[in-house]
Amino acid sequence: MAKRVVITGSGIIGPVGKTASENWKNIVSGISGIRTITLVDPENFTSKIAGEVKDFDPLDYLDRKVAKRTDRYTQFAMVAAREAYAESGIENNIHPERIGVIIGSGIGGITTFEHEHKVALERGVNRINPFFCPMMISNIAAGRVGIDVGAKGLNLSTVTACASSGHAIAIAVDMIRLGRVEAILAGGAEAPITLTGVGGFCQLKALSTRNDDPETASRPFDRDRDGFVISEGGAVIVLEELEHAEKRGAKIIAEVSGSGMTCDAFHITAPAEDGEGSARAMKLAMQDAGIKPEDVGYINAHGTSTLLNDINETKAIKTALGEENAMKTPVSSTKSITGHMLGAASAVEVIFTAFALRDGILPPTATLQNPDEGCDLDYVPGTARKADIKHALSNSLGFGGHNVTIALKKYSGK
Amino acid sequence: MSLESRVTEIIIDKLGVKPEQVTMEAQFDTDLGADSIDQYELIMGFEDAFGLRIDEDEATKLTTVGKVVEYLREKNLDQ
Repeated sequence: MAKRVVITGSGIIGPVGKTASENWKNIVSGISGIRTITLVDPENFTSKIAGEVKDFDPLDYLDRKVAKRTDRYTQFAMVAAREAYAESGIENNIHPERIGVIIGSGIGGITTFEHEHKVALERGVNRINPFFCPMMISNIAAGRVGIDVGAKGLNLSTVTACASSGHAIAIAVDMIRLGRVEAILAGGAEAPITLTGVGGFCQLKALSTRNDDPETASRPFDRDRDGFVISEGGAVIVLEELEHAEKRGAKIIAEVSGSGMTCDAFHITAPAEDGEGSARAMKLAMQDAGIKPEDVGYINAHGTSTLLNDINETKAIKTALGEENAMKTPVSSTKSITGHMLGAASAVEVIFTAFALRDGILPPTATLQNPDEGCDLDYVPGTARKADIKHALSNSLGFGGHNVTIALKKYSGK
Repeated sequence: MSLESRVTEIIIDKLGVKPEQVTMEAQFDTDLGADSIDQYELIMGFEDAFGLRIDEDEATKLTTVGKVVEYLREKNLDQ
């Protein structure tokens, strides 16, 4: 019989908290993590707001030498991975060669890149920090986590913009199903709140300019939405083969029952017409999980709060589930609370979806007041809702036309 | 601040070691756990702090804390 894969640990550091449980508490209560930017002078940005990790001191987690030689994005990955690893209790219950790491990032070490580029211009290329390359590269978070927890199995990184950590999870699940390893730390991290990071997205006209009201600026599906809000953080889960987890008595959060991955092959930033690519990803995920549209009890949407995404994702959901089922299925965007954590977003949202299944609570689209024309699904506006659901989907899309949907299932014991 | 103290401070900052580990006899690789990139970064730290350039042949000879202090003293950088 085919192997099944479950989540046995979760870790999040982000704008609404430094642990997964603190995040979930704030998500359920709809407490926004969006504020005016402090990490860099926002004066010349059109969008001056972001979801920063508040009061983050890497020395609270890492020794000085490691802290000095890791980019902020890697530090977030390490913090989230440690939390997930500790919660899973898998240490000493698995051979180090049978646990792997797949951690994605959309950008990688952009803070480090900017800093050393300045050094090179001002003081010469022979003053570049010798650790520049191994600090900046977007696979180093996976490498560092491997070193940190002593995971000697497969170790790699996925780079698909805002879908990066969704692909990390999808591929990790398939690797475990194939028997390559029994467990994988999978997720993503991003630290894009820098001069060129925010400046670049501002130039794309992708970010909200609701600078006077940060907490309601991310308004997925609302008629007054005006772009996404950029955020930072890290999220990692421990994925484990079901029997392996049950045998050692692990606490199981939820099952990852399938995934669907597609490409729009259409445009570098705009979603395909009617969200055609995303719809196919959802269909493939349901097929992989062995479920029908009527089985889906909740969808955690990509829901970025951009004009194009939200309307097209709505259409995609209708295509994938069929109009009648789509109208009955609650859909919410937790980006209304966290902002958009780019390469970490998908992993964060898979964790929230797993918690929704475990606790029977659907997180809200907290800032939604006036649904846009054509955005006519049940978006769980305003406040969280109790609902005992069995199956759920989590959508992610990335620049380049990457689409990934993760299917999750409630775990109800042996 | 003495030359020894300034050198010690840079080593603590770059390598994240404890002050008591930084004796004059301490070897950068075996005693202070510095790999070759660590040592190169350390040399750059001395260059920046003391305003000089240390060529590669000389740098490879600076294997202990004491040898660095001695080298800088010879360059009359101990004022």
